[in-house]
Amino acid sequence: MSMTMSQKILAAHANVDQVRPGQLIMADLDLVLGNDITSPVAIKEFAKFGIDAVFDTSKIALVPDHFTPNKDIKAAQQCKMMREFAYDKKIEHYFEIGQMGIEHALLPEQGLVNAGDLIIGADSHTCTYGALGAFSTGVGSTDMAAAMATGKAWFKVPSALCFNLTGKLPPWVSGKDLILHIIGMIGVDGALYKSMEFTGEGVASLNIDDRFTICNMAIEAGAKNGIFGVDGVAIAYLGAHCKRTPLVFQADEDAEYERTYDIDLATLRPTVAFPHLPDNTRTIDEVGQIKIDQVVIGSCTNGRISDLRIAAKILKGKKVNPTVRTIVFPATQEIYLQAMDEGLLKIFVQAGAVVSTPTCGPCLGGHMGILAEGERAVATTNRNFVGRMGHPQSEVYLASPAVAAASALTGYISNPESIEE
Amino acid sequence: MKAQGKAFRYGENVDTDVIIPARYLNTSDAKELASHCMEDLDATFVKKVQLGDIIVAERNFGCGSSREHAPLAIKTAGISCVIASSFARIFYRNAINIGLPIMECEAAVAGIKMGDNVSVEFTKGVITNETTGERWSAEPFPPFIQKMISADGLIQYLQQEVLS
Ligand code: SF4
Repeated sequence: MSMTMSQKILAAHANVDQVRPGQLIMADLDLVLGNDITSPVAIKEFAKFGIDAVFDTSKIALVPDHFTPNKDIKAAQQCKMMREFAYDKKIEHYFEIGQMGIEHALLPEQGLVNAGDLIIGADSHTCTYGALGAFSTGVGSTDMAAAMATGKAWFKVPSALCFNLTGKLPPWVSGKDLILHIIGMIGVDGALYKSMEFTGEGVASLNIDDRFTICNMAIEAGAKNGIFGVDGVAIAYLGAHCKRTPLVFQADEDAEYERTYDIDLATLRPTVAFPHLPDNTRTIDEVGQIKIDQVVIGSCTNGRISDLRIAAKILKGKKVNPTVRTIVFPATQEIYLQAMDEGLLKIFVQAGAVVSTPTCGPCLGGHMGILAEGERAVATTNRNFVGRMGHPQSEVYLASPAVAAASALTGYISNPESIEE
Repeated sequence: MKAQGKAFRYGENVDTDVIIPARYLNTSDAKELASHCMEDLDATFVKKVQLGDIIVAERNFGCGSSREHAPLAIKTAGISCVIASSFARIFYRNAINIGLPIMECEAAVAGIKMGDNVSVEFTKGVITNETTGERWSAEPFPPFIQKMISADGLIQYLQQEVLS
């Protein structure tokens, strides 16, 4: 029987030649991830095993990124618990404040993700690494605990949806607009339990940061994972970051997809997801006049260097609207440094934005930019659920860095095409 | 194994951010989490819920973040079973992994209203609305998952199967 790319990676890690959709397998993992929210629960569960050592000290990554630098005493206690576990178990990839970044930007950058890897993380956006041809998926803390002990996890083999991309994105339209468009089209459970596989000649024109953004939001369509084929763009990124040789899995020619969607990238428009679901999308032309109080540029979705470059291009030499609090979060220390070297941070500060240390911060309503009752934000993040960024009566509009930056200038959700350079 | 209680009936796409808002995630204490369960969706839930009660919701229950705090808060609040038209996948596995019984049954969801008295027989997969007398059968779990549930969760299951 033919297999999709995701199925082939699962089969290889379950040490079988063949898997079929719906089959339950136990598979070997290449990496297990946890953060400062999910790890404390996992550490408590790990203790129940009554074993001393983790399965492999080099295959676990612990990243304090959600409520850090410690937001309050309780958060500090959670981080302390994770730090002590990391030292005690001699976890190689523990990233202290100063080295850390938002986990899903950090792990690929640190070379912990390779093509062909099977990765689980106790964070739903673990699906980001599909951009590099890995099978990666979010799980809960008990799965993380079990994986730290055994190096294994159970999976139900997913069927797949195919997204066949053609053409090229127009100016000011990005991977974020594509994935918002897709989620708007198939719905927040449109890919439930399934893989989203992105193929077609249009893929070549998507840079690696766009691909990370696209796979990052696969979970927002309910998917188990999102994945791109490994091409020159992915190999170049891996070559610069990962020391291991890429393991390339290709979908069989006759692999079965539940459905194939053909998307011409050239037809896409800047797209915004209105509250309170990521599938509540409208193109920028249908948005109308929406006044905003805050703009957030960053997160594991859009806090990478190309995102910051786009925002800086729009904000350069201008001032943000004085009624809009504009907050920029480079996703990792390395991105922060690069943005500094390229002069992007200066552009942001001169424009009247604030630049934060890497953290999840306001993305999950943690700290560093919480919304009050009735306030609205345009954010380059990935979720706009009720109360996601603060008060249950606040609103989050999801958009690309270009739309977010343009909106910061005008005070309304705005089309980047309308901003004069 | 049976559960019985009154139904808390909700709509579709109940996400983990409303089940347990992130502002409370600076703790992993189950009781503290449970005291904020469903707060942003139904502020009266915590006051009204009694041991054994059942949550009944439409499709894609538990979507969003992977926080296991969500099924944990629900379980600790006293809920004996969640019935939904469908579950988001991470919530589904988390619930199984921590031993919170869940059932997928669209027909039952359509036939249950807020406050109805509902019972669930897990082994047979039978759901009954005791208030109206209507009865539905849901898909029972595959054997692999049944084993995990009877071992009382993933950790115990793995101790038996993998580590030994
Ligand atoms: S940036 Fe937001 S979505 Fe990404 S890991 Fe952090 S909290 Fe989650």
